Amino acid sequence: MSTQAAIDATAPAIPPIRIGSFTLRSRLVVGTGKYRDYPTMQAAIEASGADCVTVAVRRERLVDAQGRSILDFLPLDKLTILPNTAGCFTAEDAVRVSRLGREILEQLGNPGAGWVKLEVLGDKTTLLPDPVGTLEACKELVKDGFTVLCYSSDDPIIAARLRDAGAASVMPAGSPIGSGRGVANPAAIRMVIDRLKLAEQGGSPEYPVIVDAGVGTASDIVHAMELGADGVLLNTGIAHAQDPVRMAHAMRLALDAGWHTARAGRIPRKLYANASSPWEGVITHIPGE
Amino acid sequence: MQIELNGQPKELTGATTVAALLASLGLDKAPCAVEVNARLVRKSEHPNHALAEGDRVEVVTLVGGG
Repeated sequence: MSTQAAIDATAPAIPPIRIGSFTLRSRLVVGTGKYRDYPTMQAAIEASGADCVTVAVRRERLVDAQGRSILDFLPLDKLTILPNTAGCFTAEDAVRVSRLGREILEQLGNPGAGWVKLEVLGDKTTLLPDPVGTLEACKELVKDGFTVLCYSSDDPIIAARLRDAGAASVMPAGSPIGSGRGVANPAAIRMVIDRLKLAEQGGSPEYPVIVDAGVGTASDIVHAMELGADGVLLNTGIAHAQDPVRMAHAMRLALDAGWHTARAGRIPRKLYANASSPWEGVITHIPGE
Repeated sequence: MQIELNGQPKELTGATTVAALLASLGLDKAPCAVEVNARLVRKSEHPNHALAEGDRVEVVTLVGGG
């Protein structure tokens, strides 16, 4: 064991995350889009430590049927695939796309056939969730037996409505998809987390809240985890980094850092200083004394 | 018979099924899912699902996404 590994081994173990009947070893879920090539994607996923990756459902490119499939670069025996409904702007389309994703994952024998990352988007410019469409689709998919992970706005009221509709996880957006703005409204994210996890607000500490979208850099993940998130989902922050594999490694470390920070009890913020070295025994003149 | 395949017109000769269409596209063994007129046709139904004039067929697969 290396010195670094020995130090890491002294940290309390981070428990797996449970989402409905699914259990993930890593609390970092990564996307598979926007990579310059599949080998880079594969290496970045490995460096991230994620055991769950998201994919999208799209038309077969019939003119180029010989082209390489992303599936050749995803170790399906090790990864749980989480199909999304990206590109859907109505509940009806999101339900269609969810069923298509399930059909493919059933053929592949991947456990991801049982769940879906539900996105019902409002428009192409903001890619922000349409809360009404998301709620409608969530109800329909739960009825159809899906474990539904709902991409949501950072609003505690809709978050609770989605949870009540049977969503296995609510995933509030830190900031718009691909924006790299991190947690734009930390107070709102905190309110979503409190609403879903605090017993006094009708929540449950076991209910998984995953901050999804907007992560630009590792400190954004630390921030989300410090606010009490159970996990983080991101794609562009890794895929479009200059060195995606190294960034994936950083994101993994950030997740761990944020998890431990949230449980270590940070010091309160103060306006003024509080010396770390004792005043007793100083040999100097202290101004004002 | 003309159908719409992934948004493009496609001429099919003779009676055909979803399974036959996929085979003609070289996709019979590919991981894909098929919709006809916005309704999923499960893989087990592919050999029996006959296509009709004007059907809108979508053949989809998994791609990178977030």
